[in-house]
Amino acid sequence: MTMDRSQGRVQRPANDAAPVATASGHRGLVLEEALIFEQGQVGRTGVDLPEPTAMLSRLGGLDRQGAIGLPGLAEPQVVRHFTRLSQKNYGIDSGFFPLGSCTMKHNPRLNEKMARLPGFGDIHPLQPESTVQGALALIHELAHWLTTLTGMPAVALSPAAGAHGEFCGMAAIRAALAARGDVRRRVLVPESAHGTNPATAAALGYEVDPIPATARGRVDLAAFKAKLGSDVAATMITNPNTCGLFEDEIQEIAHLIHGAGGFFYCDGANFNAIVGRVRPADLGVDAMHINLHKTFSTPHGGGGPGSGPVVLSADLAPYAPLPMVVLEGDRYRVVETADGSAAATFGRLKAFHGQMGMFVRALAYMKSHGADGLRQVATDAVLNANYVLARLKGRLTASFDGPTMHEALFDDRFLKDTGVSTLDFAKALIDEGFHPMTMYFPLVVHGAMLIEPTETESKEAIDQFCDTVLSLAERAASEADAFHASPRLTPRRRLDETQAARKPTLRWTPPALPAAAE
Amino acid sequence: MLKFTKDHEWLRIDGDVATVGITAYAQEQLGDVVFVELPAIGRALKAGKDAAVVESVKAASDVYAPIDGTVTEANDALPDEPGLVNTDPMGAGWFFKQTIANPAELEPLMDEVAYAAYIESLS
Repeated sequence: MTMDRSQGRVQRPANDAAPVATASGHRGLVLEEALIFEQGQVGRTGVDLPEPTAMLSRLGGLDRQGAIGLPGLAEPQVVRHFTRLSQKNYGIDSGFFPLGSCTMKHNPRLNEKMARLPGFGDIHPLQPESTVQGALALIHELAHWLTTLTGMPAVALSPAAGAHGEFCGMAAIRAALAARGDVRRRVLVPESAHGTNPATAAALGYEVDPIPATARGRVDLAAFKAKLGSDVAATMITNPNTCGLFEDEIQEIAHLIHGAGGFFYCDGANFNAIVGRVRPADLGVDAMHINLHKTFSTPHGGGGPGSGPVVLSADLAPYAPLPMVVLEGDRYRVVETADGSAAATFGRLKAFHGQMGMFVRALAYMKSHGADGLRQVATDAVLNANYVLARLKGRLTASFDGPTMHEALFDDRFLKDTGVSTLDFAKALIDEGFHPMTMYFPLVVHGAMLIEPTETESKEAIDQFCDTVLSLAERAASEADAFHASPRLTPRRRLDETQAARKPTLRWTPPALPAAAE
Repeated sequence: MLKFTKDHEWLRIDGDVATVGITAYAQEQLGDVVFVELPAIGRALKAGKDAAVVESVKAASDVYAPIDGTVTEANDALPDEPGLVNTDPMGAGWFFKQTIANPAELEPLMDEVAYAAYIESLS
């Protein structure tokens, strides 16, 4: 007789890998979520206000006549909608986010607490100066930290992001050149630059002249020299560059551009790798933006606005944008008009002072780390990137020899003849629970994969990521079809990026209403 | 007569007009093309300077004018159907037509055999 040994025991679940069709469309606790406009019902509302009576309009007949077109929703629907969307998001608070060139580091919660203090969080930029002295003191102190860390005499805080900072710095350069009656036409930009560099130069009316890279992944000094001339306004160079490499001839480059009468704009996006260890002023920099949302840990990537203060040399400082905060005796004052010491300003970049909430977070980060802590940040960021490089370079193909700075760059030579592309590889990482690395940038290497672990990841997290990447690299040789089909475990499978770019659906349109009854 | 540049543009010479596009190799490197910006008719082109922009899912790139000249026609089909650059780069995916200001500029450009060898040398 055979006994049914399963009686009374918990059955192991069947190992069923086939997708399960559900009646609701939800998959377990991964909920399908319609657009909020699709969920709206006519007449439903979250608040119930009495109809206004005897309303007097002073809009001169310009007031809206038809319906505003917002969806009718109750409060719990709205809360659930945005909570569900947030659960689908993958951010730095969810897991490892090795997006190269982006410095996706942890956002300390202490910063958040400081930013929510009523004296910073609940004030308005149009309040009288006498009522916001504390906030102005914070702006002033942040400026002191930024100028001290960079060795530069001045800083403009109002730029709202990195590219805005580039625009600010290059506008100051253009104003300085105009003031000496020196009209120049060209800006030299390395081929590995962030796309915003040539875009900034072009937006200011300059012609972009690309500088090639050497086999060492750095600016080709001979080509740079050959392109210099009396019509070169500036060079825009990122250091460390977007290959994660320190431009070791940077002082010579600065010397050369100054000798030709031009300015040296440094893209400070990668300041995280050198903060506390290198002062850009000592490299010969005339202007450099600092991404508070990278180096100084303020949220980004959908978590908050950027902030891109620009440090300026003494020659460029007079052209800095308004407004600026100055200390007079024991009172802080906001300089709003182009006179006195601000007579040469190139103007205004933003309605108010800049991203105040980010200023608070960045200063909280600086003060909680201290000068020694910031120095350690750079050390650990570089150490972590070199650890990634050392663990992966035996299986992946590192693009350049030698140690790296804050990020490790690989190309797709290790995928040659596998039929798997960089894109497929990145998509497969999603199934493994990681945000992919930066792909296809910088453009100077083929099928680039740029990995930036930042100093805030633990060795365990980096090891888990490296183990996963090595496993994928192993599987790429024999499982090309699986890579082409990935991601396979996400709420949506591989999206058609080409179709999305060619025929984007940018807004929801209501379904046609049934024709009104006669 | 078909000519090629090192920047992977092709020119088809027909009398005093050159039709310009990007090569099969170039479109393969770019991946799916999603946007093309063409030069205005009448615009003066300078050899080696940007004439058009091509954007793929991977990157945006300048397309350079292979020789000096003036734009006489642009491929109106491309803005609506940029995929033609991928499916038929040497035919329906052409970018623009231009005059040939200086026929001597055609001399140093590669013919089909030389371009094929050049591509080979890149891999």
